[in-house]
Amino acid sequence: MKPAAFDYARPESRSEVLKLLADTGSDARVLAGGQSLMAVLNMRLAEPTLVIDIGGVTDLAYIEIRDDRLCIGANTRQAELVAWPGLTERVPLLAQIMPWVGHFQTRNRGTVCGSVAHADPSAELPLSLAVLGGEIVLERRHWRRGRRVVPAAEFFQGLLTTAREPDELLTEVRFPLAHAEHHYRFTEVAMRHGDFALVALAAAIGPDEIFLGAGGVADRPLVRRIPRDGDLGTELNTFAWSLGAEDDGHASAAYRRQLVRELGHKLLTEDKP
Amino acid sequence: MQAEQSVEEGVAPTEVGRARERAEDAALLRGAGRFGDDLATTAGTLQAAVLRSPHAHARLRSVKVSGALEMEGVHAVLTGEDVREWAAPFAVGVRQPMKHWCLAVDKVRYVGEPVAVVVARDRYVAEDALDAIEADYDLLDPVIDPEAAAQVEAPVLHEDVGVNVVNDRHFSYGEPDKAFAEAAHRIALKVRYPRSSCTPIECYVVIADYDVAAGTYDVTANFQGPFALHSVMARALKVGASGLRLRTPPDSGGSFGIKQGVFAYVVLMALAARKAGAPVKWVEDRLEHLQASSSATNRVTEIEAAVSAEGRISALRYDQLDDCGAYLRAPEPATFYRMHGTLTGAYDIQHLEARNRVVLTNKTPTGLNRGFGGPQVYYALERLMQRIAVELDLDPLEVIRRNLVPADAFPYRAPAGSLLDSGDYQSAIAKGVADGGLEELKQRRDAARREGRLYGIGYCAVVEPSISNMGYITTAMTPAEREKAGPKNGAVATATVGVDPLGGVTVHVSSTPQGQGHRTVAAQVVADVLGLDFEAITVNVELDTQKDPWSNASGNYSSRFAGAVAGTVHEAASRIRQRVAAIAAHQFEVDADRIRFAGGQVTVADDDRHSASFRRMAGTAHWAPALLPGNEAGGLRETAFWSPPQLEAPDAGDHINSSLCYGFVFDYCGVEIDAVTGRVRLDRYVTLHDAGRILNPALLDGQVRGGFAQGLGAALMEKFEYGADGSFQAGTLADYLIPTTMEVPEPVILHMETPSPFTPLGAKGAGEGNNMSTPVCIANAVADALGEREIELPLTPSRVRAMIGIDEPAAPEGLEPIKPAAGSGSALQASDSVEMPGDPQTVFNAILDPKTLAKIIPGCHDLQAVGDNAYQADVTVGVGMIRARYKADVNLSELDPPHALKLGGVGRSAMGTAEGSARVRLTAIEGNRTRLDYDYEAAVGGKFAAVGARMLQGAARVIIGQIFSRLAAELGGGSGAGAWWRRIVDMILSLFGRSKK
Repeated sequence: MKPAAFDYARPESRSEVLKLLADTGSDARVLAGGQSLMAVLNMRLAEPTLVIDIGGVTDLAYIEIRDDRLCIGANTRQAELVAWPGLTERVPLLAQIMPWVGHFQTRNRGTVCGSVAHADPSAELPLSLAVLGGEIVLERRHWRRGRRVVPAAEFFQGLLTTAREPDELLTEVRFPLAHAEHHYRFTEVAMRHGDFALVALAAAIGPDEIFLGAGGVADRPLVRRIPRDGDLGTELNTFAWSLGAEDDGHASAAYRRQLVRELGHKLLTEDKP
Repeated sequence: MQAEQSVEEGVAPTEVGRARERAEDAALLRGAGRFGDDLATTAGTLQAAVLRSPHAHARLRSVKVSGALEMEGVHAVLTGEDVREWAAPFAVGVRQPMKHWCLAVDKVRYVGEPVAVVVARDRYVAEDALDAIEADYDLLDPVIDPEAAAQVEAPVLHEDVGVNVVNDRHFSYGEPDKAFAEAAHRIALKVRYPRSSCTPIECYVVIADYDVAAGTYDVTANFQGPFALHSVMARALKVGASGLRLRTPPDSGGSFGIKQGVFAYVVLMALAARKAGAPVKWVEDRLEHLQASSSATNRVTEIEAAVSAEGRISALRYDQLDDCGAYLRAPEPATFYRMHGTLTGAYDIQHLEARNRVVLTNKTPTGLNRGFGGPQVYYALERLMQRIAVELDLDPLEVIRRNLVPADAFPYRAPAGSLLDSGDYQSAIAKGVADGGLEELKQRRDAARREGRLYGIGYCAVVEPSISNMGYITTAMTPAEREKAGPKNGAVATATVGVDPLGGVTVHVSSTPQGQGHRTVAAQVVADVLGLDFEAITVNVELDTQKDPWSNASGNYSSRFAGAVAGTVHEAASRIRQRVAAIAAHQFEVDADRIRFAGGQVTVADDDRHSASFRRMAGTAHWAPALLPGNEAGGLRETAFWSPPQLEAPDAGDHINSSLCYGFVFDYCGVEIDAVTGRVRLDRYVTLHDAGRILNPALLDGQVRGGFAQGLGAALMEKFEYGADGSFQAGTLADYLIPTTMEVPEPVILHMETPSPFTPLGAKGAGEGNNMSTPVCIANAVADALGEREIELPLTPSRVRAMIGIDEPAAPEGLEPIKPAAGSGSALQASDSVEMPGDPQTVFNAILDPKTLAKIIPGCHDLQAVGDNAYQADVTVGVGMIRARYKADVNLSELDPPHALKLGGVGRSAMGTAEGSARVRLTAIEGNRTRLDYDYEAAVGGKFAAVGARMLQGAARVIIGQIFSRLAAELGGGSGAGAWWRRIVDMILSLFGRSKK
């Protein structure tokens, strides 16, 4: 379990990273926290020619509020987000999901943006981004149009598959701040604490409508808009079936659908789910 | 009781029985342990990597190594040809013409089977070179399910045997037929015990060297024994026992039986060193370990009891089928015979019938695993006890109580031959019920049930064997075969105690501990015997077969330390004591029986005129031999060998006392099940152990906690998943789930002590009880909570929820899932469709055009026609950050222009194989457009299946979907396939609504 040979670069500026990506494209991999990439390299599930470590790009490490959004740079560790003092108040859903993201040790290394870029269908951070209607900032080397902002709903395209092009760097994710009249809820079932979710549900409950997202079921986090005056049972059943759940070694498709319905109902109706 | 004799006259045992902190831990907690991978190696030591079969069953046509040998840093590649020349197949425990070589020579029979070994400058280069070896296979049908493999029409693994059932023995004790005929009730159950393993932190390590002058091998490996396997290794290497010097490291990072299996790699790496002409080191990685080291044996059991109206069992009948994987690797089929004498468990049942069949399947060979044979037997027996209670409407604990061996019957001879040495099962259960709070637990259950919650209580009573009879395995042979082979029996333990010229005491044991704390207990025993401080005793647990005393029973298995090895340490220390007493008696001019040892001093009873330090007195043997009594030769070192007479060879009636000691474990637990998630929560787990005399209560509790954690893992989450094609699907610790401290509640641990009359210290083994009891105890509680009969482990939330029942509302129209075609178990299947410009003929022609095909196959570097609509392609495919380069055969068939065709492909890579096919239908739709519908199925084997099982379905969809979306893009016009252009196409496509199924 040793990686194949690769070149290693540790640039100190964003522009150098973008140049390396422009030159190397799909043969390059970006290393942030390494909590997925290092295992993939060691198992030789990927054999890139170049690994670009962005750990030295200090201006990508930030958590800041801009335009009613919590903006998190590509070099920000998950543990730093957990420790950010305003989290519970400003983005309560994130405060709820973070303890479920891996383990204490992996959160010390893993980055927020890295989890979003990896797009594991069971991961909590992509799910939260999708439910809250967040955005992903992608940058590439270009004299003018090097930066684009992609809504989460368009970013996650399938299993580990995103709208990011090989020459782009995910530089920032933006979580909308909490609305005063909204509630945010989260629940998850995994085999063990910190494992990949069998089913994860996150909800933003507003006065007129609910956004309910599911992780671990479809090949990406998917969100359904549920009107408050709609029939909840029908809505949840439609949502459950629409996710295209499949059997795997840990749980059946029927189990996953049932949890979407039953846990979804609890999540959306009980005072304290 | 004999245990009393172990207390030396005049010496109060201050150490034995005390919860002494472990001597091992100061180094381990500082990171200063010396494990196999930490040891210094000889200059010039090379590193090995193993090429493994990606296929479950195939004929190995050729292995071409020239590409690997050309790489810089590669020194040698060992293949089956070398192995045929230098080695012999491993000896097998049953008389069958099966050849199990350390490396595949003609066939591969499980995913992960070694095919070649690269020896290189470092492990990186060695792994690079694996990719350059070309192994060519003819695939054969695999057989994975043991019951299917036992059928005559099943694919056969070993053609020379002709069938997969390689051993089939019938046993009958007493008059079972009569008992069944006369019984008021016959209660039967069929159970399947899954394949799992107790998983150490440290994987296998082997460092091997070959002495070309002497033609002998010198190997250091974290082998755990039994050293009977040393003979198997030496014979495979075609040397005498002295031609294989085997050494073990000072520390081992856990084994639980599994490091018995390193023996096959001892031979493999010894040959690799010979091939390379240099020392070779190999460190197994986690994927290798999970998929190909060893595992516990999965079993199918049909069990039946003849029962009276009161729940008293007169006879038991077992029909057991053990799946030992692809080869019957020594000591298998020991999983059966370790428990054979004890098939009646803790119960007084006079009549017994058993049929034991061993079947081979295309899975990793099985071997020792903590609890060895016990979990499988007790899962059947104790589930049956619960069923008897349910069917006769009795209290399950009452059914257990009514059948226990009477307290006054010990030593008790069980019908199949076990001589239960000591116990008082009735008192144990009474103590467990009282001290564990059973009544309160029942109240909790009743209260939960009144609220409509799912709560159950499970019980089990288990006899825990320890100190295996080295002859039990021969029960697999018929009495006539045994007669011919000669008797095998006993369990020789060895220990050495020496005193150096400065009075320091050194102990050596051949028990190769794997973390249990043998050094601590051995020092406690010796400190008591010689009246010395615990700290004054140094214990060495490394084993060197060329220099240390050992025997074929040496090693760390069958919980033999406390009963056998600690007792032998006591014997060796007592001999030293006797000799020092004789020296003191000579100097003090008193009788030797008046000499006392305490506080580091040698004194005379009732006489304070004489006294000397132990150091000075023992030192006489080195410094002043002239002062020694006449019969004392000087020097001071004693090696004791010990084997109990009760361990006799199986007799002509197949009676076998399979172990020396039989402890008792009584467990019960309360579980609550979440009706929505199906999660099983242990409310309380009570476990009572009678392991004879307790040598160190803290270490005993540690054994109980560890076994409990592993038993809980087996009950709730651990399983080696295999696909129907034999692909191994649990290759990481994210797929093979082991409970962590978060998942393991603290059990209530209770003890009682009925010393064994057969061991020197009265102690019995206690390392495996909860591995045997906990899985079935939890299963019984879940059965009670849900009122279910069929309980299959592991009890994952999904499986438990399915038992509770999922009453699923129908899918809304348009969202119905596609039913997979029958009979293709593991294949990944789905359907999808995509719309594109052009009429069906245009689309059809495009697919048939190699230029288009090369463009639409994702990551296609090269596409060469090799026949009509047949191509060879070089493609790099993957999802997200994961990529693999495949050499692929692509073909188009079943052409029905312009309506339908089939696109198929088989790819091979270092990651294993991938194959898939898609049936394509083309339908004209409005606006000169075509809808392309496709149904695909795919199968992925090798490494990707092992480490990415969770993702295979999604990955297949992404990759196959790419082919057709690229086709749509291709037909949509434009040529420069830049990222910018593709985004526009994607946008357009999303406007057209690529329909998801």
